[in-house]
Amino acid sequence: MTLALDTLGRLESEAIHIFREVAGEFDRPVILFSGGKDSTLLLHLAIKAFYPAPVPFPLLHVDTGHNFDEVIEFRDRVVAQHGLRLEVAKVQDWIDDGRLEERPDGTRNPLQTVPLLDSINEHKYDAVFGGGRRDEERARAKERIFSLRTAFGQWDPKRQRPELWNLYNGRHRAGEHVRVFPLSNWTELDVWNYIEREGIELPDIYYSHQRDVFLRDGMWLAEGPWGTARDGETLLRKTVRYRTVGDGSCTGAVESDASDIHAVIAEVSASRLTERGATRADDRLSEAAMEDRKREGYF
Amino acid sequence: MSDLLRLATAGSVDDGKSTLVGRLLYDTKSVLADTLDAVHRASADRGLATPDLSLLVDGLRSEREQGITIDVAYRYFATPKRSFVLADTPGHVQYTRNTVTGASTAQLAVLLVDARKGVIEQTRRHAAVLALLGVPRLVLAVNKIDLVDYDEVTFSRIAKEFTAHATALGYTEDSVVEIPVSALAGDNVVEKSANTPWYSGPTLLEHLENVPVEPDPHDAPFRFPVQYVIRPRTAEHLDYRGYAGLVAAGTVKPGDEVVVLPSGRRSTVTKIDTADGELAEAAAGQSVTLLLADDIDISRGDLISVTGNEPTVTDELDATLCWLAEKPLRAGARVLVKHGTRTVQAMVTELRDRFDEQNLSSVDSPASLELNEIGRVALRLAEPVPLDDYSFSRRTGSFLVIDVSDGSTLAAGLVGAPLPLLENGVESCTGGSAATPDNHALVSPGP
Repeated sequence: MTLALDTLGRLESEAIHIFREVAGEFDRPVILFSGGKDSTLLLHLAIKAFYPAPVPFPLLHVDTGHNFDEVIEFRDRVVAQHGLRLEVAKVQDWIDDGRLEERPDGTRNPLQTVPLLDSINEHKYDAVFGGGRRDEERARAKERIFSLRTAFGQWDPKRQRPELWNLYNGRHRAGEHVRVFPLSNWTELDVWNYIEREGIELPDIYYSHQRDVFLRDGMWLAEGPWGTARDGETLLRKTVRYRTVGDGSCTGAVESDASDIHAVIAEVSASRLTERGATRADDRLSEAAMEDRKREGYF
Repeated sequence: MSDLLRLATAGSVDDGKSTLVGRLLYDTKSVLADTLDAVHRASADRGLATPDLSLLVDGLRSEREQGITIDVAYRYFATPKRSFVLADTPGHVQYTRNTVTGASTAQLAVLLVDARKGVIEQTRRHAAVLALLGVPRLVLAVNKIDLVDYDEVTFSRIAKEFTAHATALGYTEDSVVEIPVSALAGDNVVEKSANTPWYSGPTLLEHLENVPVEPDPHDAPFRFPVQYVIRPRTAEHLDYRGYAGLVAAGTVKPGDEVVVLPSGRRSTVTKIDTADGELAEAAAGQSVTLLLADDIDISRGDLISVTGNEPTVTDELDATLCWLAEKPLRAGARVLVKHGTRTVQAMVTELRDRFDEQNLSSVDSPASLELNEIGRVALRLAEPVPLDDYSFSRRTGSFLVIDVSDGSTLAAGLVGAPLPLLENGVESCTGGSAATPDNHALVSPGP
């Protein structure tokens, strides 16, 4: 084998280093795992980091109740296959007992923050791995790999620690926790190239399939527990795939014939839209939508 | 697969750094249509006639409101030749803090100056910080060249002055390149400009694509900070005991004799393991798991080194600190030092001098080190730690200084005095009683 690492080799090595630093320095880390491509990649890297021992962390999924069935099925299968522990925080439970209120627009994506912070407090998680990448969005471009959160789970962009060399400072006071982003330096294309190289399985909905969708705010939304086409919107059968997978009420599909990984890589390479811009209504709310949600404790 | 260049930008406020980075992203078509639409919309909202490319990178609400960059932002772009990770560091308040952060992992830095102002105080400071941190290559982008009517004489004067300064900091002439650019108009950023016929050098992007990337220090002696001990305790791997880490310097092969520091126990590498199978050799930058022949006590914080050419194990050290905290450092301060994978208690026993970046000299025995100041200190550690000089190895010669009470990062620490000039300055002040100058930091390889 050659001694010079290629780009993917460097990114993998860096992510593995980050996982091991957290394992060495924190008492109760957890990996946020939704079954989406970034969290699936995160888990793949965690498994490689501790091979041949099992991953020394549990998984946490904040379930909006508006997820795609295929993704939940995939999530549970992966957890069982690797003998992992999964904690699920259901937004529905928070709504049922009055800790949260359903929003008038029906979207539940912003409602994830409270169950996430409550779960972190309840289980005393001190390090929370997320699949966030800096290429996703402008506010995320300023995020550290180790990102300190206050006891209220808040991010203060002006008080971030300088991150020097590859020395990560994970020290925190009781009640505070650190969000850790091992994929910080990956781009969307790196993620897909690595998924191809490693042969990582993903939920089917990332590849083209037939689905009934309707057009809203320029995005193809699927019908589901979160609602269906309103007056003036027509349900149409389309060949689509998902570039990101999140809450069904605000994650749009893209029209695509890319039915396998090679076609997806070709499509992503040629795309003139960012993955969040193409498919996430929650980021379109304002110029600083992501920054505002991050400040409140969103992942 | 194309290779990767990590670079940082530096410059003072209003030099047009965000615009330059925006221009690089825009002209390499790294900006996608929806992002660009948002910039067009926001520019129109602000009453601007042409799109403000700095809006591509100034991501935080207060940055856009004030039209300045506050925090280090990381940008990713690629051309068919290379992938780039760019640390965009702001130039105003807390400039050292941000520049040190960006420079600590950079293989090249792009320094901006305004062609109308030339080399200013901030330029000299930035260059000194970049030299101290051992960034191997510099580019001086002489920006707003359109505002001096593309004047060759102005450019040459600035280039000459900067080369002289960089040389004084220890840079060789081929490690420094000056380029006349206009980030706003796009001259010589990606496309060669027709407005500067007198300039025959590369455009900024051509230079970034073709500049040699210093390899990881493969020739250096082997260093491996142990991050974590892997013990599966499963039926299949009952006696497996592997030491997980990232090779910080050098290479390792099964059969190599190694020493574990600080204990000094010796053993032999029997296997280099990864999830993808065993390796015949591992080199700097690779995350691997080492298995040793002997069952000796090794845990996180230990350093596995080649025998013969070992780091110094000591509880006293001379170091250079870049002080990054609001509260000043005074002699007697109790702090934590994080070196490699080990964190130890420490005391700053003496402030030796403070670096004056303007005059490239030093001030002896300062009362304190304030935010953004750089100086040499003596540290006493609660336990011995294996240390290399920063000029010898960026990865094993660097450390963090951490606040004991709130855990914040107070300083970037460099073992020894990596900037030779700082050393010379001390000699001139103390009559030559300072330690022998170390190797020049500037030949040290990339991170």
